[in-house]
Amino acid sequence: MKLDEAPVEVEPTEVRTGRQIRWARRRVAFARFWAQYRRSPFGMVGLVILIFFIGVAISSIFIDPSSLSKTAVTEESIAPCTFATLPCPPNANNPLGTDADGRSVLTLVIEGSRVSLIVGFTASVITMVIGALVGILAGYLGRTSDTLLMRTTDFFLVIPWLPLAIVLAAILGQNIFVLIAIIGFTSWPGTARLVRAQTLSVKEHSYVERSRALGATNSQVVSRHILPNVMPVIFANTILTVAIAILAESALSFLGLGDPRRVTWGTMIDAAFDAGAISIGAWWWLLAPSLSIVLVVLAFTLCGYALDEIINPRIRER
Amino acid sequence: MSRAEVTAPPPPANERETVIEVRDLRVTFQGRVGLIEGLRGKKGTQSRAVDGVSFRLRRGEVVALAGESGCGKTTTARAIMGLQPVDGGEILFEGDPLPRDLKPYRRKVQMVFQDPTGTLNPRQTIYEIIAEGLRIHGIDRGPNGEPEEQLVAKALSRAGLRPPDRFFLRYPHELSGGQRQRVVIAGALVLEPEVIVADEPVSNLDASVRGEILQLMMKLREDLGLTIIIVTHDLGLAWTVADRVAIMYLGRIVEIGPAEDVLLRPEHPYTKALLDVVPEAGGLERPILTGEPPDPTRIPEGCRFHPRCPVVESGRAAELGIEARCRTEDLALREMEPAHEAACYEAFLRRDGAAPD
Amino acid sequence: MSVLEVRDLRVTYRTQGGGIPAVRGVSFDVDTGQVLGLAGESGCGKSTIAGAVLRLLPASTKIEGEVLLEGENVLEMKPGRLRAVRWTGASIVFQGAMHALNPVKRIGDQIAEAITVHQQAGEKEARVRVGSLLEQVGLPTRRMQDYPHELSGGQKQRVMIAMALACSPSLVIADEPTTALDVMVQAQVLRLMKELQSELGLSMIFITHDLSVLVETSDRLAIMYAGKIIEEGPAETVFRSPQHPYTEALSAAFPEIGDQRFRGAPMGLGGDPPDPADVPSGCSFHPRCPKAFEDCSVTEPQLYPAGEGRRAACLLVPAAKTTTGVGT
Repeated sequence: MKLDEAPVEVEPTEVRTGRQIRWARRRVAFARFWAQYRRSPFGMVGLVILIFFIGVAISSIFIDPSSLSKTAVTEESIAPCTFATLPCPPNANNPLGTDADGRSVLTLVIEGSRVSLIVGFTASVITMVIGALVGILAGYLGRTSDTLLMRTTDFFLVIPWLPLAIVLAAILGQNIFVLIAIIGFTSWPGTARLVRAQTLSVKEHSYVERSRALGATNSQVVSRHILPNVMPVIFANTILTVAIAILAESALSFLGLGDPRRVTWGTMIDAAFDAGAISIGAWWWLLAPSLSIVLVVLAFTLCGYALDEIINPRIRER
Repeated sequence: MSRAEVTAPPPPANERETVIEVRDLRVTFQGRVGLIEGLRGKKGTQSRAVDGVSFRLRRGEVVALAGESGCGKTTTARAIMGLQPVDGGEILFEGDPLPRDLKPYRRKVQMVFQDPTGTLNPRQTIYEIIAEGLRIHGIDRGPNGEPEEQLVAKALSRAGLRPPDRFFLRYPHELSGGQRQRVVIAGALVLEPEVIVADEPVSNLDASVRGEILQLMMKLREDLGLTIIIVTHDLGLAWTVADRVAIMYLGRIVEIGPAEDVLLRPEHPYTKALLDVVPEAGGLERPILTGEPPDPTRIPEGCRFHPRCPVVESGRAAELGIEARCRTEDLALREMEPAHEAACYEAFLRRDGAAPD
Repeated sequence: MSVLEVRDLRVTYRTQGGGIPAVRGVSFDVDTGQVLGLAGESGCGKSTIAGAVLRLLPASTKIEGEVLLEGENVLEMKPGRLRAVRWTGASIVFQGAMHALNPVKRIGDQIAEAITVHQQAGEKEARVRVGSLLEQVGLPTRRMQDYPHELSGGQKQRVMIAMALACSPSLVIADEPTTALDVMVQAQVLRLMKELQSELGLSMIFITHDLSVLVETSDRLAIMYAGKIIEEGPAETVFRSPQHPYTEALSAAFPEIGDQRFRGAPMGLGGDPPDPADVPSGCSFHPRCPKAFEDCSVTEPQLYPAGEGRRAACLLVPAAKTTTGVGT
């Protein structure tokens, strides 16, 4: 029998442990993924922008919190403008200009990046966890569980998040955590439906039946087969959810529901509007945070687009 | 071309112990009704996929469960595996009914599926696919303390994939169809089962590759003392590998016995018809059954084969005076010659000497 | 007179990785009223040939050689002429034909479409013709009104056959028409095809991997392996006394019940059918051949005469020695 002539090239025959094999597999899988991802121009642009902003957010740790308060503003910090000519347009001292109180817009944007991104990530993690859990359970268990879970999902799906946000902010107060909760708890239905659809399709594959034939319990089947095959979809969806969460936070903050004690891009735009930035021509004050939001959301969208491209041809591949 | 050594004939069937016994198995599929109709009391169409199947599987034998699609053979196999809920009858393993928790049972009875490509998770390496069985059952050491890698390598070798470690990091799509089916077999072997249930194990493979996989299965039966049930629509395959053949029609076994007896001296008209249509040189002049394959939602009264039966159609049943019974009285298997049973009124008459052959 | 003459057909699929030679020089004839059986496994190129005859392959495919359908070279036809010839000169019953029916159109409409698209008749006459076609394939005329899901597998296959006959072609190519069907239904459909073939004087190319089916239905048999024909001749003699080891192996995969040689002894070949992108050197079958010897990996055999009206591409054929000087 000439079976050792496998259609791929030879690998050195060494004894490997199960764990080594698992890690080797992960390395190979990641290398393959990266090679594919690199080929996507959209994906690379998005990734670069993302890394840049994450870097910016990290650097916000180094900002001295006292420098953000209005009392820290001095004549030197706002030079060459004076207190009378605030807000100050971009100059050598304040590359992005200042706001109406003389605080450097650049510092504010950096500080705001941290909060905006954290809110975005956290809210989308909540979305992902709830959405994935509900989606997988509904898809895998089927029948009554499916019906119950899906009707619950529908219920949350149709809740208008803006009025809800206003009400909750009025009741629970305006802070970051309420914001994160609102965004997280109203966004998960979309993810849940997506994950359920993918679970239903994965469930039909024979390898799921084989796993049961081998003796796997439900949780073993889900963790070994359903989850790994649903993960790519969840991941790609989460990337987009982060973008949506950041936008949502900005919108809520802009409407005045944000946490007034924190600087986020949304609160910056809100403050700028309240101060009449447009009428006084302080374009830099509006542009900086707005452009940042646009760029970050764009970056996530591009990455999500590239991921989608990778996931779909994968399924079509064999 | 390789040829398996012709094995010494196993001890006579009735002398070996029974590993699996199926008694009056029934599986009914319920059709769905809309909400409103359901509230009005309307029931969905019932499909009696398995309608009273009984047989014994003896240790070390290869039994072929044969028939066309819709006859219930796959459902029976899946019921034996515990993958299909059962609506009546029992399945006994080594004399005891199947327990509620099937996990220990699964170590003894394993399945080989029809489509090797779909059955393997494309994201898992061959190693992980084989090791899955061990991990599900929490087996991290073999009986002599062998580590997991050795057990996986042993299973791969037994299935003919050598050297085994060359396959560890491969993915299913990198292998050919025949190799994939060997992986499926290895995955079943790693648990060291006693019984293998194979559902159309070679029909999705290229013709020239089938023989090897069948050879492998026969060798495993010899080396490991496995008992094998093969579900197939191909009587040629049954001729090649089976000790006994059971022909199924519309959820019942209509004939069962040693392969030579059933395939060379068939008693039931349906078996005869199936054998007649196996293509071979000589043209298509043989009688071909009319009508479409049977419908398990509308099982005929009396002998379920009577609407298509050549004996009834040709008038011979009327001549012999059995037509009324064929049309109205359901019947069970009866022994024709030792170990060879069939369920046919004409065959009964023949056995009793009341009708010429 | 030959309805179809194929001369040195070569088909190469173009992919990202380069060209894949699916068919590597195939020549055969189909005479009027004759059935040619084309047998082989996956990757041998038989379905590609079916597509090549009517130029139904992807646009990027490179096709060389000659395909003479009733004297005209299909490969050189202008698009207009090609469209006219498709279905009226030659038609195809596809593999997986049961899924080729549009689920939202009645089958009568779909068959009629084949007729009206080729301007063979107007709407009304097309209906009449559809009725008679359905009768010919053994279906009641009233089933014209049915949707595909209301038909069984065998019935759908009959509809596909009716569609293939709609424009009265001279040649029908059947690509695995009965593969997905039960044995009983398969026998019915095969008998139908044989009857139609002799009634209408059709020429047919019957493509399948099931040799036993071909022996029943074909006059001549051509066995393909790795893009080439490796044996051909009258169907019965090729099946009964194969000259090529691959043909032997392939027929052993369909053992005759009652043949004691096969009892308890399944016969098969090691390895797998070769990947068209990576064909072995010399005789493409040599890695799996039980009778291979040294020259087999070096010299590629041609189709040598091997009996009355038969040819085989194997260095073991007696005629091979005189032509190439190699062999035992």
